[in-house]
Amino acid sequence: MLRIVLAEDSVLLRDGLTGLLERFGHKVVAGAGTADELIATVTEHRPDIVVTDVRMPPGFSDEGLRAALELRERRPELPVLVLSQYVQRAYAEELLDSSDGTGVGYLLKERIGHVEEFVDAVRRVAEGATVVDPEVVRQLLRHRRDPLSRLTPREQEVLALMAEGRSNAAVAAALHVGEGTVSKHFGSILTKLDLSLTDATNRRVLAVLAYLRG
Amino acid sequence: MHSPGLWQALRAPRYLRGPWPWRSAAYLLSGVCVGLATLVSLLLLAVVGGALAVVVVGIPLLLMSALAGIPLAAMERRRLRLVDPVVLPDPHREPDGTGLAAWVRVRLKEPNTWRELGYALLCAFVLWPLEALALGTVLGLCGGLLSTPVVMATVGGGEEVRVMKIWLADSYPQAFAAALAGALLLPVLAYPLGVVAAGRAALARQLLSSRDATVDSRIQELGRSRMRLVDAFEAERRRIERDLHDGAQQRLVALSMTLGLARLENSGEPLGGLLAKAHDEASTALVEIRELIRGIHPQVLTDRGLKDAVEDVADRSTVPVDVRFELPGRLPEAVETAVYFAVCEALANVAKHSGAGRAEVCGRIAGGELVVEVRDDGAGGADFSGGSGLQGVADRISVLDGHLAVASPVGGPTEFRVRIPCPPARAATDTAAAPGTTTAPASRTATRTRI
Repeated sequence: MLRIVLAEDSVLLRDGLTGLLERFGHKVVAGAGTADELIATVTEHRPDIVVTDVRMPPGFSDEGLRAALELRERRPELPVLVLSQYVQRAYAEELLDSSDGTGVGYLLKERIGHVEEFVDAVRRVAEGATVVDPEVVRQLLRHRRDPLSRLTPREQEVLALMAEGRSNAAVAAALHVGEGTVSKHFGSILTKLDLSLTDATNRRVLAVLAYLRG
Repeated sequence: MHSPGLWQALRAPRYLRGPWPWRSAAYLLSGVCVGLATLVSLLLLAVVGGALAVVVVGIPLLLMSALAGIPLAAMERRRLRLVDPVVLPDPHREPDGTGLAAWVRVRLKEPNTWRELGYALLCAFVLWPLEALALGTVLGLCGGLLSTPVVMATVGGGEEVRVMKIWLADSYPQAFAAALAGALLLPVLAYPLGVVAAGRAALARQLLSSRDATVDSRIQELGRSRMRLVDAFEAERRRIERDLHDGAQQRLVALSMTLGLARLENSGEPLGGLLAKAHDEASTALVEIRELIRGIHPQVLTDRGLKDAVEDVADRSTVPVDVRFELPGRLPEAVETAVYFAVCEALANVAKHSGAGRAEVCGRIAGGELVVEVRDDGAGGADFSGGSGLQGVADRISVLDGHLAVASPVGGPTEFRVRIPCPPARAATDTAAAPGTTTAPASRTATRTRI
């Protein structure tokens, strides 16, 4: 049996969730209707897991998520399951970045309807697992595309030759283009690999390393 | 219709002690230089262009001379600030596309261009000689008188000097008296000099401003009412989003939950099958309502701002999109919303029509403007004239005094650029702005700099 604090401003949904969780033998020790209430109740009841909505009063913004992050900061091992109405990469990333990303979950509210799946997710998060909604995972993966794929075929060629240790002049000769063209390609490679403009010599090494890794 | 500044200063008793006589002189002197330079450039363009017109090369040069009023007018508007503190707005329209050709096309159609050319001719042939005459008279008269003792000591050999080539002074007391007269005359002449400068400035203002002040004020009022309409529209959008989110969406979640529980209790046929069907339909409805709400107004835009919201749209795009934003923090809400929907429309077009393999969204603040560009490597040749979506975006942006330019030559690439005047951003700590705080007054006033 898990002792749960449930933060959800819609009474309808809060009662429904309480009934649902209790049917599976867990106990909702307290419900919270606002983010401040959530922090207060968690401090008071020290539950096994917190289940919270993202959007909460008073601002109806992302107060629930912020409260969850704050609770995790105070008690990094506190399991938190965030329910959201949106597939939002930014929110999920913040949550996964909190402490070491264990014992957190980010689920779409729709998932509640799949009752067993949902209760299982609550249990797994409470045990320290990381649970992310399949929809969100799909978006996270789409975002973390291989940065090398952003390069044009020509830029990949340039980078490949650089990785062999050739100078700009040697690369230019190998590709039968001017040295200016090579440095232009290299500039664009750096931009695409998000390498900063601080140190020109290291960036060459970093770009090549990125190539070799990819 | 001249503005205060020099005219007021002329009437004030402190005129001579203030900077205004110097400003007047500087205005007239720079006017002579500019006028002379204009004369030389116009003549050069006309002569060289005319001579080369036979071999076609001259035709662009002749075209340039038709546009010669534009840079001059721009400079005159700046120079006017010397004697006239009220900024004279640029009456030219923004070109509809990027590139030189679009710019030239728009300029040639504008009456302002031709008025400015007239002004350039007036400057080159009439005004600068008059300014030179006024300056020359004052400086020559006072300079001549003031320098009498020196001239007497040097050229006159201490014997005699002809003051202003008229009277003969043959003693130092006489020479110093002439110098004294010069010293007294200088402040007196500073007044007519000021009047000439003020008159010249008033003429420039009259010729270089847009035509009608009452029309201007009506346009301003129209702009304001349009802004109010957009604000009202935006507030309504948020209300709908909130109602759907807090009402229908929550109820559907509850319904889906109840159905889910019911399925657990009654897994057998025939009720189980019906429950499963109802459950699936509730789930589909939830997905649809989620997407609907996001399309009305995405929460992430309110919570995290433009960058995160655009990244979110980019994530969903079927064409891979690189997002590069360099923003100092949050921007005024109206700007963020307009730009967000502009980017959505642009990326939707990229996905639907361009055949591009990759697109890029860049945003930065430059020169007090937010500049956001969406580029793709597609085939180009897009025709945006009939697109109502794009027209809506352009309208929204123009309400904020911004501008939308789309260039899509055949063969690509298509480039979509939004520029919106953007007052300094709010502090980065302000990111948790509560929704419901619709357009801050600051963003409303500060974006209305140009008419």
